[in-house]
This record gives sequence, structure tokens and C-alpha cells, in this order.
Amino acid sequence: MSTSDQPAPPRLAVPELLIGVGLLACAGAVAWQTLAIPVSPLYSKVGPTVFPYITMTGMVILSLLLIIAALRGGWQPEDEKETPTDWKAMGIAALGLIANLVLIQPLGFTAASVIMFVLICHGFGSRRPLRDVLLGLILALAAYFGFARALGVNIGAGFIENQLNAIVDSVVAMLRG
Amino acid sequence: METLGHLAHGFSVAFSPINLIWCLVGTTLGTAIGVLPGLGPALTIALLLPITYQVAPEASFILFAGIYYGAMYGGSTTSILLNTPGESATIVTALEGNRMARSGRGGAALATSAIGSFVAGTLGTIGVAFLAPIVVKFALAFGPAEYFSLMVLAFITVSAVLGSSSVRGLTSLFVGFVVGMIGVDLQTGQPRFTFGMSELLDGVDVIVVAVGLFAVGETLYMASRRYAGKDDIVPLKGSLYMTAAEWSRSWRPWLRGALIGFPIGAMPAGGAEIPTFLSYAIEKKLSRHKEEFGTVGAIEGVAGPEAANNASAAGVLVPMLTLGLPTSATAAIMLSAFQSYGINPGPLLLTTQADLVWGLIASLFIANVILVVLNLPLIGLWVRLLKIPAPQLYAGILVFATVGTYGISQSPIDLVILYLLGAAGFLMRRFDFPTAPVIIGMILGPLAETQFRRAMTISNGDWTVFYKHPLSLTLLTLAFIGLVGPHIWAYIEHRRMRGPEHVPGDA
Repeated sequence: MSTSDQPAPPRLAVPELLIGVGLLACAGAVAWQTLAIPVSPLYSKVGPTVFPYITMTGMVILSLLLIIAALRGGWQPEDEKETPTDWKAMGIAALGLIANLVLIQPLGFTAASVIMFVLICHGFGSRRPLRDVLLGLILALAAYFGFARALGVNIGAGFIENQLNAIVDSVVAMLRG
Repeated sequence: METLGHLAHGFSVAFSPINLIWCLVGTTLGTAIGVLPGLGPALTIALLLPITYQVAPEASFILFAGIYYGAMYGGSTTSILLNTPGESATIVTALEGNRMARSGRGGAALATSAIGSFVAGTLGTIGVAFLAPIVVKFALAFGPAEYFSLMVLAFITVSAVLGSSSVRGLTSLFVGFVVGMIGVDLQTGQPRFTFGMSELLDGVDVIVVAVGLFAVGETLYMASRRYAGKDDIVPLKGSLYMTAAEWSRSWRPWLRGALIGFPIGAMPAGGAEIPTFLSYAIEKKLSRHKEEFGTVGAIEGVAGPEAANNASAAGVLVPMLTLGLPTSATAAIMLSAFQSYGINPGPLLLTTQADLVWGLIASLFIANVILVVLNLPLIGLWVRLLKIPAPQLYAGILVFATVGTYGISQSPIDLVILYLLGAAGFLMRRFDFPTAPVIIGMILGPLAETQFRRAMTISNGDWTVFYKHPLSLTLLTLAFIGLVGPHIWAYIEHRRMRGPEHVPGDA
């Protein structure tokens, strides 16, 4: 550090500012929800609202500190700033997530998972959709049977699962004679 | 030598065939997820939490502990061969380890890290076995006020002292508090932060939070960063057998690393970053081969930090088992597994759940042996995992993430929360907010609140209990120093550095 490098005038960092303001809004939501908690006079000393209020105060202070940091130029490391965000890849991956959310009830877990798998692979730059469909199907079935049957977790079954469950059950029944 | 008797009993639990199988499954799975970038022990254990409804507590904790230790071993393989640390604790290993791999000594780097992990992991586990009963004696004197103050200290150290910024760390912690408070308040039965939605009355499951932050957030982040440079896998070269010179350069760093790592891990601060960096600095200073550091890669710089990492991972189990105080995301999720069995970790755990605790500790010794076998002779298998292409890897992680989340209650609401948390996880990753404090805040926050309210009830609403008890005051003072100290220090340093500029006539 030589004496010659004058610090550049701080520039407002917009993304960081939005995060700070967003946190402040969250603190507001916490305050709103805390006010909605009915307090019985029995618990007036250390009722269910004491901790929420402490948390809200902390969040307000922290969001103000974040906003100050944003006004002073933000805190992003240089290499993060220089790498452009690949919005298209992220958008397609997010689309895969949304497709999964919308389709999991009507189509069942496996079909929805395969669609999500293919879309996320596409977002990440895979250009062999047929292979991805196959891989996704294998993984989804492995996940479904691993969890649903081995761990006893109940996962939404659709057409594919019902057929396979019927097959598995009949095989098990056959083996038992 | 009461401990030895307990340990012998523990081995009789751990050596039952079924528990050995759980240990083998856990260590294998742990190594695999440690090797794979994007999957960590916290996420994996969270996804496997439903297993607690199926098997005995001994079995699931032996499985989880195997995953926890295995991920440490696997993470170092990725650091050495790919230069992308699989775990935050193996960042330092990548510094020298990857350079060694590039100069054709990858085999020795993997060997010293695996054997060093074994040495330090075993020493650390011995440390857990002997330190835990001592901490318990101390902890029995704790009242609610002391517990609360201890948790405050842990909150400060995990979020404000570690990491790059105390403001961002604390922000993550407070977000965790809010998530943890969602649902019915157990003491009064009042719903909190439910926004009038009945689905939120049971609270947000830790599975959803861990999967959202670690799997969904990470995937979105990786998708958005496709323009960033990619690291190549360095092909594994060099013999896995270390030469006599390599052994003699490794064993002291292993022991020193273990001695640094275990105590720091066992403190209610936790975190493997500080001990690994500390060990690296010490080895660099003591090494007779300083010229190898940062150039061709020095074996001491792999041996020491790897040992420190594994010993501190063992150390983290001490506050978790004896005080119910998790200081890492993985420990916090393990704590929620205890809760799912209706077991409250704390001073009484060692006596009320002797089979579980000592069986778990004994299984950690076995896990270390299995892991050194898994990670040296079978290393070629794990290297192949590194070749899984990123698109299919991340898409596959999300398939499993959906199963884990949707399986909780088959409610699309859980998926909506999952994706909202995923978006938050993306922003946190992008803008350098640590994610572990969210998990710790969400698990430990409600426990801290319980102790706080208990202390206030006992004292009849008198706030002074927290600083009238000497032990509580000490803990709070330490927390305050942890929060403010580094800033004052930085300010003094800043003033001293700037000093000469203010000399009159300089301009």
C-alpha cells in the first residue's frame, strides 16, 4: 500500500442495496406477524413475543449495516462481479423446478422428475435430451424405490409408479409362493 | 478408567453385524458425497432423516457419523485432484495438494491426507471419549441462564467470528431464527409467523431448509456461473505408497494438526476453517522445504491441515453430545435427528443413552479404519465419480432433493417453500452470505429461546440473572469480545497503518 493510491469515491452498489432493503422488509414482516401473536397476560413477562421482537431488532440493525455497506460500494469480490450471470441457463433450470412443482400432483413423482431432470441438464448445457430422459428415468425410479419402499416415505405415485408397484408386489407375492 | 469400560461396552454395540453394515454404508456414502462437488454431509444427512422413523437410534447415528467422517475423507480427494474444495474445510488442502498432483505427486498427497485423517480422526475420537465425561461433570452445574449464555456465545462464534463478515454471518443467523420460530410456540400453543397458513403450523422442516439452501441454491448458482473458469481433473499420478522421506515429513504435521484441530473443534465455536488455516500457517513456518510451498506443493501443507480438519470434526461431537450444542450445519441436523427420536442431547445423554453414545463413539473408531481402506486401495473408484458431468450431477441431486422434500408430507406447499429457500440460497451464495448459520439458527434458536424463557421464569422476570451468575456473565463477556474484538483490532491496525500519512508536511 503506497500513499499514492487514493481510494476511489465509493459507488452505490445496487444489488447489495436491494438485499439490505429486502432484509428490512423481512424485518417488517416479522414485526407484522409478531403483532399478530395474541399474548395472554399470564405470560406477559416472557411470552411468545419476546424472542420475535429481539430477532426483529437484530434484523433492523443488520439491514441498516448492510445498506450502509452498499452505499459504500458493496462487498462483492471482484471475480464475482466480473463473471457475467448466465441468466438463460439459470432460467431454464428454474423452469425445470417450476415444471416439477406443477406436474408432481397430476403426473406423479417419476414423470415430473424426468421433465425436471431434462430441463436442468439442458440449462447446464447438455444437448442430448434422449440420453437425459433415460438417465432421469433411471435416477427417478431409483430415488422413488429407494425412498418410498426402503425408507417408508410416501411419495406421490402416478401412472408409472402404480404400474411398477403392481409388478413389484406381484413378483414379491410370486416369490413367497 | 470408567471411560474404558464404557468404550468396551460401546464396541460390543458397534460390532453387531447390523451396525457394522450401517457403518460401512455410511462411510461409503460419505466418501462418495464428499468426493462429489455440490453434495455435502449436511444435505445428505438431512435427506436421510426419514430413516429415523424406521430404525433404532444406534443404527441411524452410526450411519450419520459414517457419512460425517466419510465426507471429510472424500472431500480431500476432490481438493487434491480437482482443486475445487468439496467441503469448505478442505480449502487449505487444495492449496498444496492440487500443486502436488500437478507436479506428479498426487498419489503421495492422497496417501498423506488419508493416513493423516486416520491418525487425527482416531486421536480426535479418543479425545471425544475422554473429554465428553469431563464436560458432562462441568455441564451439570449449568442452569438455564448459563445455557442461554453459552448458546449466545456459540451463535456469535459460528456466525460473526468465523467467515468473511460478521454482519453477513449474523444476518444468516437471524434468518435462521425466523425460520425456526415458524409454527406453534410449544410453551403457549400460539401460532407464530404462519401468515395464517395451516401448513406452517408444524413449522418448516429442517430437510426443506437444508435441501433448499444446499441443493436448490447451489444448483441455481452453478447454472448462473457457467462463464466462470472450469478446473480440470488432474490425472492420478505417483505411487500411493509414501517414501520414507514422505513419512518422516508427514507424521509430525499429523500430530500437530490433530492437536490444533481437536480443541478448537471441541470449543463451542466449532468450524474447521480456523484450525486448518492455523495448521497450514504453522507447517509453512516449521517446514524445512519452504520453497515447495506454493510451487510444486509441500506434503506438510497437506498432512497438517487434513489432520486438523478431521480432528476438529471429531471435536465438534463433544459440545453436540454433552451440551446439545451443534456448531456446524451437519451437527445441527444430527441434533434434529436426536429430537426426532425424542432424545435431548445434554449432560444426561451419556448416562441415559449409554448404548447410543458409546456405540456411536466406538463406531467412529471402526469408521476410521474402514475409511482408510476405502480411500487408499479403492481410490480409483472415487476418482471416477469426479468424471460425472455437471449437468447430470446437479439434475440428479435435484431429483433426490425433491424426493426428500415431497416425501415429508406430499404437499406442494413444501416444494414452494423449498424453491423460495433455494432462491434465497442462490442470493446468499452469490453475495457471500454463509449458509451454515441459517441451519444452526433454525435448530438452536428455539432451544435458546426455551432456555431464555425458563431462566426468566425462574428469576420471575428479572433480566439480571444473565449477568449476576458469574459463569453466565463470563460466557456473555466472551461473546461480546468475539463480536466487537475483531472490529476494534482492525480499527487499531488501520490507524497504525495509516499513521505516517498524517505526518504534518507530508502533503
